Amino acid sequence: MNILEEIAYYLSFDFVKYALIVGTLISLACAILGVTLVLKKYAMIGDGLSHVAFGALSLAMVLTIADLYLTMPLTIIVAILLIRLSTKSKVKSDSAIAMLSVGSLAFGYFILNLFSTSANISGDVCTTLFGSISILTLTQVEVWVSIILTILVLAFFIIFHNKIFAVTFDENFSKATGIQTNKYNNVLAFIIGIVIVLAMKLVGALLISALVVFPAISAIRICKSYKMVIIFACIIGVINSVVGILLAILIGTPVGATIVIIDILAYFCCWALENIIKKSKAA
Amino acid sequence: MKIFECINLNIGYDHKSVCSGISFELNKGDYACVVGENGSGKSTLIKTILGLENPLSGKIVFDKNFNRKGIGYLPQQTELQKDFPAIVEEVVMMGFLNNIKLRPFYSKTEKAKAKDIINALCIEQLKLKPFRELSGGQQQRVLLARALCATNEFIVLDEPTAGMDTKSTIAFYKILKDLNKKGLTILMISHNIDKVLENATHIILLNSTMEFAGTKEKFLKDGHASSFKLNSRKKGKV
Repeated sequence: MNILEEIAYYLSFDFVKYALIVGTLISLACAILGVTLVLKKYAMIGDGLSHVAFGALSLAMVLTIADLYLTMPLTIIVAILLIRLSTKSKVKSDSAIAMLSVGSLAFGYFILNLFSTSANISGDVCTTLFGSISILTLTQVEVWVSIILTILVLAFFIIFHNKIFAVTFDENFSKATGIQTNKYNNVLAFIIGIVIVLAMKLVGALLISALVVFPAISAIRICKSYKMVIIFACIIGVINSVVGILLAILIGTPVGATIVIIDILAYFCCWALENIIKKSKAA
Repeated sequence: MKIFECINLNIGYDHKSVCSGISFELNKGDYACVVGENGSGKSTLIKTILGLENPLSGKIVFDKNFNRKGIGYLPQQTELQKDFPAIVEEVVMMGFLNNIKLRPFYSKTEKAKAKDIINALCIEQLKLKPFRELSGGQQQRVLLARALCATNEFIVLDEPTAGMDTKSTIAFYKILKDLNKKGLTILMISHNIDKVLENATHIILLNSTMEFAGTKEKFLKDGHASSFKLNSRKKGKV
């Protein structure tokens, strides 16, 4: 059986289709959000929040409350607080991120061990941290929730793209022209919370930053305009995830880690391309 | 026609006063410069006028017919902008943000106006270049173009020629002079006292209180210019 036939065979299963649909959408949302986070130097806030999301998810598992009602609101609240803090004091927010991420990890692991009813605690922890199988066990409801939330995130970025660009590029100028930049920062925090909880399904808490940062930073290497950076980041993000998911299924590796490896390879390709372009210009 | 008036303004951050006793008015067509030592409250004054900071006491009264959001602002550049991927056109178009409200895209009239401004400032050959790769003088022209997209009447500039070479500085001041002749009102922070005396019509001197506000002629007559120059020289700045 050649590779194409094998892919076609796997695509006949619903769980593979779901994984691909949700994977594509989540990578799109992560990529588009990632550009803003990277340019605002909020990449570490995103990383810290993914750890917070792990702590919140552990709590939700112990209390058997659905993600939508506990993990997501908690992550959003912490996101809003962290972004507020970062506009006030870079030093305080930097260490707050470090404390929160390590604290949440410890808290999550602690309560899972203390209260978990599951027989396979390390399996549960591994899944939430590295998303090893959760993307392949999505229910139809989860697929719909992901689709709707991603569409909302994308719609926000498309409708307000000019303003988001302005607030990212020059907050003072934007404020002077009457944009309520605090509101934008809060909405941004809200979206970070949603996207992180969604992305946890795809790659697991520890690997979310890769989906957010790699497409954006790859695109920044080779694109000159903001518009092209956004478009290219989305394309790279989606291709990486689709290739990663298919590869993981074909060779039986964990989905999250495979996607991140592809992200890293794509980044080095963009880096090489940037240098080739520079050299050809210089010559 | 009056644009705004500061009445016994006390400005600062976090309840700490930086400069007090500020009272002056700005009229249409004025070319006013704010001068003073570092830390004398120049940037804070401008930010308070723009509504980015709240005054500690006193007030700023804008003319009924003037929309405060319609001020063109040329802020100091931030660290972040040094490696921000954006082309000149994108940066200039940002000036129309106060117009677009919920509309996701810029209109044809806005694009046409931007083109006129870009041509007038002689930066059309830079339109598709990345902002981060331009020289300091070119970047400031681009940011001036953006400020002009936001307004027809009044622009506020925060040390626009800082870090520029002499040639670019002279060219930049000439552009401002021409714009002012066409009726644009200018309020600017500047360290270049020679250029200020050459171009401005009004001067505001800050030094933890407002030491002077009025016409350039009165500023010279009162002898502020020589004392200000002397102070600056002592500290090795001019």
